[in-house]
Amino acid sequence: MIAGGQSLIPLLKLRLASPSLLVDINRIPGLNRIEESEDFLRIGALTRMTEIEKSALIKEHYPSIHDASEVIGDPLVRNLGTVGGNIAHGDPNNDMPSVMLALGGELVAVGPAGERAIKARDFFLDTITVALNHDEILTEVRVPRWRPGSGGCYLKLEQKVADFATAGAAVQVRLAKGGTCEEIGIGLTAVGPTAIKARKAEDWMRGKLASDSAAVQELGRLAAEESDPSMDLRGSPVYKKRVVALLVSRAFGRACERAGGAT
Amino acid sequence: MRPRVTGRVPISVTVNGVKKEAEVDPRLLLVHFIREDLGLTGTHVGCDTSNCSSCAVLMDGRAVKACTVLAVQADGREILTVEGLSREGELHPIQEAFLAKHGLQCGFCTPGMLMSAYALLKENRHPTEEEIRKGISGNICRCTGYVQIIESVQQAARSKKW
Repeated sequence: MIAGGQSLIPLLKLRLASPSLLVDINRIPGLNRIEESEDFLRIGALTRMTEIEKSALIKEHYPSIHDASEVIGDPLVRNLGTVGGNIAHGDPNNDMPSVMLALGGELVAVGPAGERAIKARDFFLDTITVALNHDEILTEVRVPRWRPGSGGCYLKLEQKVADFATAGAAVQVRLAKGGTCEEIGIGLTAVGPTAIKARKAEDWMRGKLASDSAAVQELGRLAAEESDPSMDLRGSPVYKKRVVALLVSRAFGRACERAGGAT
Repeated sequence: MRPRVTGRVPISVTVNGVKKEAEVDPRLLLVHFIREDLGLTGTHVGCDTSNCSSCAVLMDGRAVKACTVLAVQADGREILTVEGLSREGELHPIQEAFLAKHGLQCGFCTPGMLMSAYALLKENRHPTEEEIRKGISGNICRCTGYVQIIESVQQAARSKKW
């Protein structure tokens, strides 16, 4: 199945995939909306990254999604690449999966048996393997609607534009009055077989003061412990874990600033 | 038995303002349709791995890599190639600026650079240097170091000839 094709066509050209039949879903109407409902921000699976990048609503209230939309591929890739494809492809190097994990998002699948929403944390099963059945397509990506005191950030270290991340970190927080971290979600890019939800780090930070710099440093260290990077041209596992620690601490700080809290 | 599509598919694509009807293999890439079927060889194949954007064209007003789109996906759409920039033998202000500012050396990446610059300036007539850098960040040039390309885009933005 082809949507934006910005991952699939390169795979076809390298003969890493050779399907006997390719179904183009680009002309299915209604799958490119960005809208808020009572409970969710809902983004149609065929929404191009460029549309997300330009959305004032997303920039204001869902900044981690905006951050990711600016660093995926390059401008030409983003003109065609879709949010659904970035997630359904199941590539741990893609940026949106970790953002969905941090935001506690849901992926809406439609098939002959009807529609179901799959939690992001249950969606990424293995490298290039997601929880969609073979007769299902991803139609919508949704995240809990913005609430006051919430903020997010996505940071990515890349060697050059359009390269995959050396590592990436998405952090979403909600701060209580007084600056206590009430809710937190952390997702990690390119440091494991799938995007990783850093649960231990999340548990550590919940209930602590966002301004506690020792706690934030420990937050980064715990998240790095939960990552499982491999050796490649972008660096060694030891190096990548240090990058994860740094990105998580920094993204946390930026998320808290955006949430309106002092750090 | 899995269904198998082997036949050619009719497509209708408006290229540089002219409607083109053709029958193409479903597997044909847009860049090959443009170069080989239409003979418009200004659009270059640089890397063929979706990295360099020498093959950049506008599809429905947005810059895309013609090597990463199937020709059948362009059915019913409008394509602008580098050949479509000049009008009645007059270079487009962006082309003039690249000439004046030496925004090229070997010239291989230039068609793609021109198309990305065009797409950028069409949406943002007064970009900052940062916005220009971002706008052409998908296009690789192995000769110039980009400085004169950026100056070319800045000069094109100042041109009154648009």
